[in-house]
Amino acid sequence: MKIMTRTVLLAAVSALGAATSAWSQEDPAAEIERYREMLGDGNPAELYEMAGEAMWAAPRGPKNASLERCDLGLGAGVVKGAYATLPRYFADTGKVEDLESRLLTCMITLQGFPRADLVKRPFGAGSYKSDMEALVAYVVGQSKGMAMNVPMEHPQEKAAFALGKQLFMYRAGPYDFSCATCHSENGRRIRMQDLPNLTTSIGSRRAYTSWPAYRVSQSEFRSFQWRLNDCFRQQRFPEPVYASESTIALTSFLAYMANGATYQGPGIKR
Amino acid sequence: MANPMRIRALQKGDITAVTVIAAHPMETGLRKDAQTGKLVPAHFIQSLTVDVGGKRVVESHVNTAVSANPVFNFKLKGAKAGDKVVVSWVDNTGDKRTDEAAVAAG
Repeated sequence: MKIMTRTVLLAAVSALGAATSAWSQEDPAAEIERYREMLGDGNPAELYEMAGEAMWAAPRGPKNASLERCDLGLGAGVVKGAYATLPRYFADTGKVEDLESRLLTCMITLQGFPRADLVKRPFGAGSYKSDMEALVAYVVGQSKGMAMNVPMEHPQEKAAFALGKQLFMYRAGPYDFSCATCHSENGRRIRMQDLPNLTTSIGSRRAYTSWPAYRVSQSEFRSFQWRLNDCFRQQRFPEPVYASESTIALTSFLAYMANGATYQGPGIKR
Repeated sequence: MANPMRIRALQKGDITAVTVIAAHPMETGLRKDAQTGKLVPAHFIQSLTVDVGGKRVVESHVNTAVSANPVFNFKLKGAKAGDKVVVSWVDNTGDKRTDEAAVAAG
């Protein structure tokens, strides 16, 4: 048995270090695209998907129940394709919910977890791993390759979209920033990161369908609520409450703008 | 206890492409905890071996230059669909993990 190419290609990051020096740096955007492709070859988000899948089926919480009867919008226990239709209006709670708030609902009603415990530390850091991020990885992975099809019929869905759009444009904070300050022009970037123009369908589709994602620089899988929280932080806004009405509304706006695109996640980011 | 690895092995013609993703923090021992200011102890995979169809095909020394949750890719000749791929690692604390998968037809 003969080993063909390099016996072991070490982590994607070290491979990149060797490769970039040999390439010309004429087009940074194309180089970044190559970097993304190399990273995408093996996405550690798969580890979180595996953990989330086991967690979904395991009896947990005070009621010792699994999430297998959780209704993500396509019926109790249907995970396949559910993420591509979220956020949406849920009659049982009377609210528009995104994936994470819906998972909270299921964990509270089916498993009996107290809400305060669930929202205390929703994001992993260092050795602390978040259950929510693993569940998110599993659920979004089950919509990979499907077309985004977020409903916009119920008055509350329309209201969430309108509120999200308003929040996107709303300037505030010590820097007088809004989401639109960075995300409403083509060809902008922050350092080496391209900033998608989220007011256009093409920008929104590309951005939304690549989140949630594994963040290489943080060695963590990151959910969409995390993404929005970090945008608020960068704008020097107060940190939003986890799965708040405002972050769900923003998600509604961005998800609906991405309708028709093929969901590509879970993604991988620098 | 160590978490399971993700192993993918795909036969394409006479070439088998193997991808292994290990769940490991790969701490160098040089990083300080942001809260306590204390050094985070070194914790990294030191050796990784791969057996395909009962034959040792990879024996590697891994160190702190490798990222957290590392991805290992390699291609080999001579294997066939259905062969068992067994991957094992041992880290500097003596913790170890072995997982296996079968080569899938491409």
